[in-house]
Amino acid sequence: MSGGRVAGGVAIDRSRTIRFRWAGRDYTGFAGDTLASALLANGVSLFGRSFKYHRPRGLLAAGLDEPNAIVQLERGAATIPNLKASYVELYDELYAQPVNAWPSVNFDLMAVNALFKRFIPAAFYYKTFMWPNWLLFEPLIRKAAGLGQSPKNADPDIYAQLSAHCDALVIGGGIAGLAAALAAGRTGRRVMLVTGGAHWGGRFAGSEELVESKPAQAWIASALRELADLPNVALHNRTLATGHYDDGLVALCERVTDHMPLADRTGARQRLWRVRAGEVILATGAFERPLAFANNDLPGIMLAGAAAVYLHRYGVLVGRQLVIATNNDSGWHAAVSLAKAGARIVAIVDARTAPPPTLLATADAMGIAVRCGAAPERAVGGKRVRAVKVAALDAQGRLSGKSEHFACDTLLMSGGWNPAVHLHSQAGGGLRLDSALQSFLPNPRDGILSLGGAAGDFSIDSTLVAARGRVTDPVNAPVRPIWSLSRTAEPDPLAWVDFQNDVTAGDIAIAARENFRSVEHLKRYTTLGMATDQGKISNVSGIGVLSQLLSRPMEAIGTTRFRPPYDPTAIGVFAGHRVGDGLVPRRRLALDHRHVAAGARIEEYGGWMRPVAYPRAGETEAQAIAREVRAVRTGVGLVESSPLGKIEVKGPDAAAFLDRIYVNTISTLKPGRCRYALMLNENGTIFDDGIVTRLAEDHFLVGTTSGHVAAIAEILEEWLQCEWPGLRVLTQDVTTCWAVLNLAGPKARDVLDALDSSIDFGAAAFPHMQHREGEIAGIRARVARISFSGELSYEIAVPWRDVDPLWTALTAAGEPHGLTPFGIEALMTMRIEKGFLHVGSETDGATQPQDVGFAALLAKKKSDFIGRRSTQRPDSLRDGRRQLVGIAVDGTQPAEVGAHIVGVGRKAAIGSDGWITSSAWSPTIDAPVALAMVNDGAARIGEAVRIWDLGRWREGRIVERCRYDPEGARLDV
Amino acid sequence: MLIDCPWCGPRSEREFRCGGEGHIVRPETPDAVDDTVWADYLFYRDNPKGLGYERWLHRFGCGRWFNVVRSTTDHRLAAVYGMSDPRPELGGDR
Ligand SMILES: [Zn+2]
Repeated sequence: MSGGRVAGGVAIDRSRTIRFRWAGRDYTGFAGDTLASALLANGVSLFGRSFKYHRPRGLLAAGLDEPNAIVQLERGAATIPNLKASYVELYDELYAQPVNAWPSVNFDLMAVNALFKRFIPAAFYYKTFMWPNWLLFEPLIRKAAGLGQSPKNADPDIYAQLSAHCDALVIGGGIAGLAAALAAGRTGRRVMLVTGGAHWGGRFAGSEELVESKPAQAWIASALRELADLPNVALHNRTLATGHYDDGLVALCERVTDHMPLADRTGARQRLWRVRAGEVILATGAFERPLAFANNDLPGIMLAGAAAVYLHRYGVLVGRQLVIATNNDSGWHAAVSLAKAGARIVAIVDARTAPPPTLLATADAMGIAVRCGAAPERAVGGKRVRAVKVAALDAQGRLSGKSEHFACDTLLMSGGWNPAVHLHSQAGGGLRLDSALQSFLPNPRDGILSLGGAAGDFSIDSTLVAARGRVTDPVNAPVRPIWSLSRTAEPDPLAWVDFQNDVTAGDIAIAARENFRSVEHLKRYTTLGMATDQGKISNVSGIGVLSQLLSRPMEAIGTTRFRPPYDPTAIGVFAGHRVGDGLVPRRRLALDHRHVAAGARIEEYGGWMRPVAYPRAGETEAQAIAREVRAVRTGVGLVESSPLGKIEVKGPDAAAFLDRIYVNTISTLKPGRCRYALMLNENGTIFDDGIVTRLAEDHFLVGTTSGHVAAIAEILEEWLQCEWPGLRVLTQDVTTCWAVLNLAGPKARDVLDALDSSIDFGAAAFPHMQHREGEIAGIRARVARISFSGELSYEIAVPWRDVDPLWTALTAAGEPHGLTPFGIEALMTMRIEKGFLHVGSETDGATQPQDVGFAALLAKKKSDFIGRRSTQRPDSLRDGRRQLVGIAVDGTQPAEVGAHIVGVGRKAAIGSDGWITSSAWSPTIDAPVALAMVNDGAARIGEAVRIWDLGRWREGRIVERCRYDPEGARLDV
Repeated sequence: MLIDCPWCGPRSEREFRCGGEGHIVRPETPDAVDDTVWADYLFYRDNPKGLGYERWLHRFGCGRWFNVVRSTTDHRLAAVYGMSDPRPELGGDR
């Protein structure tokens, strides 16, 4: 005989029947039920199998502390693993499965593990499977010991995020939370009151308790009415506080649609709230402790307080024939409630020798048998408890004498209460042991107030006083600490402490024997308090058992620091919109639509969507790249270079400042001139390169690589603000103010000459490495004669909004010359042919200027600059450093980037001489070209080398970097 | 953390970047110092347990750098002051 539905239940609506499916069978429940309460009402007592031993398990708790009834909700992409049945709200057509039963909950093949229980003690996995290879065993163990299945598909749901501010955030919707919100709300403060569950009122909802002389439910209803009328108070149910951080920052997870039928759900499934509160009031209640005796994990054994909640909230009686085992008053109150609802109380077993006389008198009046100074020794049963053996406790707390047999269908236990101090601890709050409760209480901390059960205050009256801001000193009747029940000093190996992780008192004894005596070591060695439990059920009991074993006080053993999240939270909640295309914004070029219309294939380069190439019909990408290179080398091409970094540096000290930033001397640059310059970090490593232009005496344009502009803008400011605040300099990143078109090729000047312009593009009037401002086709433009391709080249920058007419004008003027749009790959091929450095390809975190051909530049400058001192360390000055060279590769295929360069006659196994850093097919010289960083490379020009890549050998030769127009004649035209 | 930017007032930690230990002095003439002194400037940091000097940037705010005294054990900000302000003494509660 097991439980079923009886009268009462404040949360359920008996007029609305809900159909659902559990473990392959159809059931019905009522609106307001949880999956757990509905199954209990249907007489279900077996909810799953345990983690390691696959023992049958039933419901232990009524909330987030439930360790056994862990379910896999829904199927396919919508599936969610490891939810507690006691926290899943029922909705029509809900589909759920137990997580740990294979092939079924009633017939579990893995239960064979239970036969080997004595061989799978604490740390068994670590010890046994270390040799020869954990990886061999892991898949098997994962199948045998595991929780639910992760979804295989991408999460189809949407998650929202928002921030909020308030004067007081009250966490917990029980009597304490409601009272605190009322007190704060009545003073006009901005208050947020949140509760994790669907219903308000906490543990006392629907109970016989009186609050301010009213029945609890009536008080709760009137409190909610008053709060709803206060404009400065916001109420949020189904909103669980999962993380509590510094200075009043709390993360809340609101379950927006999880309680609705799948078909009715729209919008965000869950919502992350980031709340910054002036004061955080923790009214998070307390968790009841189980008692640790043999077979205490049988289905039908439940926490006494949970049985009361199932009755009061859902009108469900968990059993008909009950034994209550307790060490404190609360077990008696539960017994009385359940007896009134129609259960037969077989016996109340209290570990204390002298419980309060009023409780004894009540039991006597109800005809309930009472055993004082006694405790359960062993539960008897298979898939459900059938009886319990009870024995007396001696003065040391050991079981002794003859045991007594009580037949029952349900055993309720209460081992005392642990204040839910998780959120207090997460924010750095300290804990202290309370000897009456035998548990940990929060120490006072600025900005955080704990109330009610969370503060170890189990008196409604005292809690109401504290909620109004008065300091109270709650007094609790001492519980009798009985951490593990056995007849000897040795704990029982079948007395469960952590049900979810299958850790028994015997496992803790093994850990203690092997000297894992701190609570942090105990946790990691036995897995106590891990997984979704995170110490809710087991933490304090584990410390208690260890304290008993080591004869050391609990406070000397310590507590683990609790960390967020309080309860497992979907990663999607934290990701919010930052998934897929929302992760990193795709930046599009000013003329993106033009490139697409011109047939460009677009890909991402450093966050920018840029044309790879513009393949024509019937052309491969490689053919398109080669055609584009030839067009630039022989005619004229056009590429959009808008992402190139542009930082304006202005002020009387701008030149002096840039002298300190660059390896080059910038102050000698004349207005209207450009200079290629190299920037190091303070470690002497090459950080960036680019063209610096002096626009005016006190005004510079600093060109950076596309990917580094934000970092460089920030670094320039850091030096100015932190190191040289006396320099009169302003900086501004103007990268996206100016769109840039680069016209390159021997016919580039012909194209510009055909346009109406205030600038004289003549070779003498506008030489290489100079800069002009003026108008082109009526558009204000900044033009620099600089080149990354090695051809005559003009970089034309115009205000972003004006670039479309410039493109039109240039392509029209270029048509007679066969103007060809070209992509990044053609540009990169040309720069490899020219042997130009590409920061990030040729350079890594150890590359210094002398390694890439700038030794003379480094030696020439007399004044200090960032990183200079670091280029004078012994390692920087030694011979044989890797140096940038070209590699001529035999054959027709380009070499792989990353392929190793090995001296002839040597094998890769005895060391690499360097590696290929850039590689391409050169249509210009009709051969593969490559750049490489090679040990002592500059001195080895002409040397034959072998090239190794993933087991494949090729032959090649070290050559000069520049393979095309080494004299630069084509630039100077 | 809630960081009291000298320019913007208290703002969420998410808007800031920690720039490491504060009051690191760059040698006046780097060429004149030996490798040990230079390495000390580049790499060696106090990393105290408790109060320590740091510099922070209000990166997604005013863009200004400033100094703080922060406890590494409980994240308490004991002082916030400008880059050019004198360094406060930490006192005995460090
Ligand atoms: Zn600011």
